[in-house]
Amino acid sequence: MSAFWQALTFQAGYNATLVTLGAVLLGFAAGAVGSFMVLRKRALVSDAMAHATLPGVGLAFILMVALGGEGRNLAGLLAGSAITAGLGLLCVDWITRHTRLAEDAAIGAVLSVFFGIGIVILTMIQTMDGGRQAGLEGFLLGSTAGMLYADALVIAGGGALAVLAVWLLRRPMTMVAFDAGFAQAMGINVRRIDLAMMGLVMGVTVIGLKIVGLILIVALLIIPAVTARFWTERSGAMLWIAGALGALAGYLGAVLSTIAPAMPTGPIIVLIAAGLFLFSLLFAPLRGVAAAVIRHQRFQARVHRRQGLLALARLEPIHDPLTLRTLRRAGLIRADGVATDAGRAEAARAARDERRWDMARFAHQDTALTGRYDGLTPIDAVFTRDQIAGFDRLIGPPQGVQS
Amino acid sequence: MSPEFVQLSLTPILIGIFAAIACALPGNFLILRRQALIGDAISHVVLPGIVVAFLVTGTVAAVPMLIGAAGAAVVAVILIEAIKRLGGIEPGAAMGVVFTSLFAGGVLLLEQSDTSSVHLDVEHALMGNLESLIWFGASGWESLFDPAALATLPPELPRIALVAMIVSALTWLFWRPLTISTFDEGFAQALGIRAASLGFGLVIVAAVAAVAAFDAVGSIIVIAMFICPPAAARLMTNRLGHQIGWSVVFAVISAVLGYVLAGYGPLWLGAQDSVSAAGMIAAVSGVILALTAGFGPCRARVGQGPVAG
Repeated sequence: MSAFWQALTFQAGYNATLVTLGAVLLGFAAGAVGSFMVLRKRALVSDAMAHATLPGVGLAFILMVALGGEGRNLAGLLAGSAITAGLGLLCVDWITRHTRLAEDAAIGAVLSVFFGIGIVILTMIQTMDGGRQAGLEGFLLGSTAGMLYADALVIAGGGALAVLAVWLLRRPMTMVAFDAGFAQAMGINVRRIDLAMMGLVMGVTVIGLKIVGLILIVALLIIPAVTARFWTERSGAMLWIAGALGALAGYLGAVLSTIAPAMPTGPIIVLIAAGLFLFSLLFAPLRGVAAAVIRHQRFQARVHRRQGLLALARLEPIHDPLTLRTLRRAGLIRADGVATDAGRAEAARAARDERRWDMARFAHQDTALTGRYDGLTPIDAVFTRDQIAGFDRLIGPPQGVQS
Repeated sequence: MSPEFVQLSLTPILIGIFAAIACALPGNFLILRRQALIGDAISHVVLPGIVVAFLVTGTVAAVPMLIGAAGAAVVAVILIEAIKRLGGIEPGAAMGVVFTSLFAGGVLLLEQSDTSSVHLDVEHALMGNLESLIWFGASGWESLFDPAALATLPPELPRIALVAMIVSALTWLFWRPLTISTFDEGFAQALGIRAASLGFGLVIVAAVAAVAAFDAVGSIIVIAMFICPPAAARLMTNRLGHQIGWSVVFAVISAVLGYVLAGYGPLWLGAQDSVSAAGMIAAVSGVILALTAGFGPCRARVGQGPVAG
């Protein structure tokens, strides 16, 4: 536990601190960028791009070794991966625009083909020069073991740049995400904004290769954004919430992986993000499952109460167990089903409300108002007191409910 | 053809062909239903499925692996649907959430458990090991008629051959309802076809094909064969029957050419060692798709006519 606490408070050593900071920045950038990508409904394009980084990593390694350099230079590898990821994005774009294939087929094709080419290149590297294969497999699932200061600097700098770019482009990206046609009419070049957005996604993918790995980076782009959507209805807030959630997942994941260094970092971070998602799916205040269940039960109780009261007013027997339970709990009927005084008063009120509504729908001309009758809304929430008095003159005086 | 070819290359090529066909057949319908990425999702969740099956049974026997992976695919499909409905999330994002989380869980389970005694690791799961499926007992073409030699065939071959046959038979058997419900689900329902369960069945068949192929060739070929040959075939013809035929042809070409290029290509270029056959098969299928996307007779959307260049 103390090791865990040390890692949590950035005291588990220089290397662990670097990894943790890198993961936090990466998580924040991924959450923020991913928000727009998810709103634009292009979540899985990032999966194609992430898999398309593999040949770039391999080719960059071969090139750097051929030029006599150090094949493991992170900046060089990332530059290579960015090139093929961009190529993959252009391929998806070209296939969807120039052929009859849908985007999902284009994504799947680019993903598998680029990844296959990448694996061919990796096996070439493995045989190239014996011991110098440099653990490029670490890019598949992320490995933070032996991360250097320069690597952390690349990740931190890239993440900061991505967040800055999101901040600058947030208005046009929001417009394009919600209504591309409107954005076009406002003079925004939709295609260019889309490319910029996917360029940002590519940037996050590339800087995430080292920590999360190319198979799971897509999770860090999608999951925090989808999670944030549960907590807000505003795109501006969603951006920051998603960023914070991504940063939290990155932070906890990196800390956990310092305790268990043999574990690949990527899956830990992704599982933490998934845990946050699950919690939000169940318990978010407005859009969560629990909230929806409670809302439904309240609605059900209102309907049963109202219908029960009307039945009392008409002196009809009530058989439905839920109605009986609702009325009994509210103290409107006794245990034997006979209405209490309060129940009779409520029933008379409900019956009068219903009669007023009947009269309103018969006499009033404005269907926008009378159309709001749903058997639950009280009439004084829709009509003015004078109008209701007018209906009352047509109905006659109030009537009590016999006991 | 030397005896060595029979011993070293014949079985991997056959396994590659059967795996490619088993995946390409359901892939045709998945593509037309805009569900191509279900194949992607399935091939990711196969990993947690087999890991759980291994942890439960303690062996890497074929049947528990198949059940585990098919179960994982079913769980994934149900989860995707549940998240889509409960959370009001668009399908792509829901899919992304589910398959990455399950895959991450599978990787962690795998790293946690002691699998050193068996051949089960992430890289193997991704890339497969087609080259290692050699036929030890073979001494030449005459071994094809020698029961003793046939008994030493790698067990993956009869397994994937059986799955390929089952998939073909199911495609033939359910051809009419599958076609109708793929193109017009409402009409299919009006005819009394249970379109929803048919769609679910398609996903299960795809999962079984994916698992059987995955066992032999790794998940990367699975995704490539689900999508690339049917997509290329879609650009060749407007008729579903012809499309299926083309997709099988493309799948077979990818498997054979990919294996040959991976095994012998580097030698022709003067290098010493072969490269990953699984990766090369995926790459060849990509080249085929690129060619059809550039020159296929039906590549444009209906009403647009072929675009020049």
